[in-house]
Amino acid sequence: MQIGKGFNKAGRARTSNVSEPAAVRIVLILVALGFLALFLVLPLAAVFSEALDKGWQAYLEALREPDTISAIRLTLLTAAFCVPLNLFFGIVAAWAIAKFSFPGKSLLVTLIDLPFSVSPVVSGLIYVLIFGLQGWLGPWLQEHDIKIIFAIPGIVLATIFVTFPFVARELIPLMESQGRDEEEAALTLGASGLQTFLRVTFPNIKWGVIYGVILCNARAMGEFGAVSVVSGHIRGATNTIPLQVEILYNEYNYAAAFAVASLLALLALVTLAIKTVSEWKMRQVLATTETER
Amino acid sequence: MSIEIAGISKNFGAFHALNDINLNIPSGELVALLGPSGCGKTTLLRIVAGLETPDQGKILFNGVEATQRDVRERHVGFVFQHYALFRHMTVFDNIAFGLTVKPKKSRPGKAEIRDKVFSLLKLIQVEHLAYHYPAQLSGGQRQRVALARALAVEPEVLLLDEPFGALDAKVRIELRRWLRRLHDEIHVTSVFVTHDQEEALEVADRIVVMNEGKIEQQGTPSEVYDHPATPFVFDFLGNVNLFRCRVHEGMAEMGGVDLPAPGHSASQHLPAVGYVRSHDIEIERTPGSEGAIAAEVRYILSVGPLVRVDLSLSGNNDSIEVDLPRDVADRLRLQVGEHVFARPRKMRFFSEDYQI
Repeated sequence: MQIGKGFNKAGRARTSNVSEPAAVRIVLILVALGFLALFLVLPLAAVFSEALDKGWQAYLEALREPDTISAIRLTLLTAAFCVPLNLFFGIVAAWAIAKFSFPGKSLLVTLIDLPFSVSPVVSGLIYVLIFGLQGWLGPWLQEHDIKIIFAIPGIVLATIFVTFPFVARELIPLMESQGRDEEEAALTLGASGLQTFLRVTFPNIKWGVIYGVILCNARAMGEFGAVSVVSGHIRGATNTIPLQVEILYNEYNYAAAFAVASLLALLALVTLAIKTVSEWKMRQVLATTETER
Repeated sequence: MSIEIAGISKNFGAFHALNDINLNIPSGELVALLGPSGCGKTTLLRIVAGLETPDQGKILFNGVEATQRDVRERHVGFVFQHYALFRHMTVFDNIAFGLTVKPKKSRPGKAEIRDKVFSLLKLIQVEHLAYHYPAQLSGGQRQRVALARALAVEPEVLLLDEPFGALDAKVRIELRRWLRRLHDEIHVTSVFVTHDQEEALEVADRIVVMNEGKIEQQGTPSEVYDHPATPFVFDFLGNVNLFRCRVHEGMAEMGGVDLPAPGHSASQHLPAVGYVRSHDIEIERTPGSEGAIAAEVRYILSVGPLVRVDLSLSGNNDSIEVDLPRDVADRLRLQVGEHVFARPRKMRFFSEDYQI
């Protein structure tokens, strides 16, 4: 508390005494804002203006096209599989990493980051290598008439792989900062492991979980590279929204392509809004952690 | 409930946290585990609670082995140094937690829980804060809530890990006196860990002094303070001065002064160290009585009710600290640079095979 206050005072002192000249500050702010406008706001605006180029009627029709609807359905289905699974894995992995020490812990931390460091295309190819016709399990799968590559299971698997780190990455620092004290207190008071998780651990990480889930969801719905490799681009069957956008674009059907793309852009905006709220809430949780220490 | 700790050892990798600890805590006693940080006292407490498993040895509750018993089944109340209150719950919910997680069969009804929580709130004198969150409380209030939460499940043993460590000096003293009174009321067997000797001396029925994973001495506060068994205990409890000397046939010789050294009558010219607390030295202007050591006044410093005088011994320039009551110091009117005589009232000699 005391130290925190001291820092605040020092911080305020710095803005008034040791700051850059006003001109430098204004230039820096303008450069940053200009960059933001050029590379983020402009493209976003372009998506919506292109999408609505031929009017609302054409926009809605493009979205009502059967192949597009099937792409939307597949995307939602993929996310519906991916997000809960990665939520579960993420919490389990973060719990194990943050609250226990065990051999192989640093290896696990590295492995969680693997999907971030590998190109999505490679992630997709891994599954082709394993489940594809020429892959390790390919012949066996064909014998039993199980289709994974160029089918929905492959898309779901590739997406799970790519989105694996989001929840865990978000929760590990949060759980580490909170320590084990509260859980230990719950145990000494007679709570079971499940009661401890539901009534003590989860409420403390709730906003981190939400943050991780929406990021995971945004990526699951937007993933292109890995999905593109395993999907096979079968119209109306194995195309997700990003793949559908690419097909429409390659067919010079710009208005439709942008109309579908605008769905992803909208998703991004909603994600951003929820993300901001949960970040703010998470900071509050961290702040109370700090005042209690 | 009595606690018996038998042959407990615990290593963390290559670090020996606890080394063959044996300790009996009779029912209803308030015991302090006292020692410097890293001496293993917290580890021992956590092993008793079941939050840590020992590598060797046994824990017995009321004579029944409990080493393998799960934390939940030990019926211990544990109070953490940093309170560990559930930050998303109100004070009321924190205290009620232990009751609400009981299995349906033994869980008290809502009204009963409410009564119980409010009687505890009254006990810790924060009834008006029932619906506040931990972040809105002061440190002292938080620690009392943590204590009430632990007491709500009526534990048979209360374990407190540095319970006052995170509080400021005044609150710490208030709260530890309150804890003492509380213990006199409810008589639950309690063990608390502290590195603050004053706290241990004031609060505990019995003090267990620990160092480097071993028990150095145990006894009542006056036993360990007045009759320290080892140089470590002497040094850890209170301010102490060291005099290098030789013991020979029951006498200690230092810088031309002979002092009686009972217990060393068989020693023959053995190097030894004399221990004397800083308030057990008198300062005189004349060599008068026997056993006064010539010294020079270096500094004089007022510390509250005491005056601390820094002396350098004429023989070997070793410096010693003397705490004088203010009235004595006022009568003496010492000056820096003045030559005086220091006369230890109580000195204990430990020959050099004892290491500090």
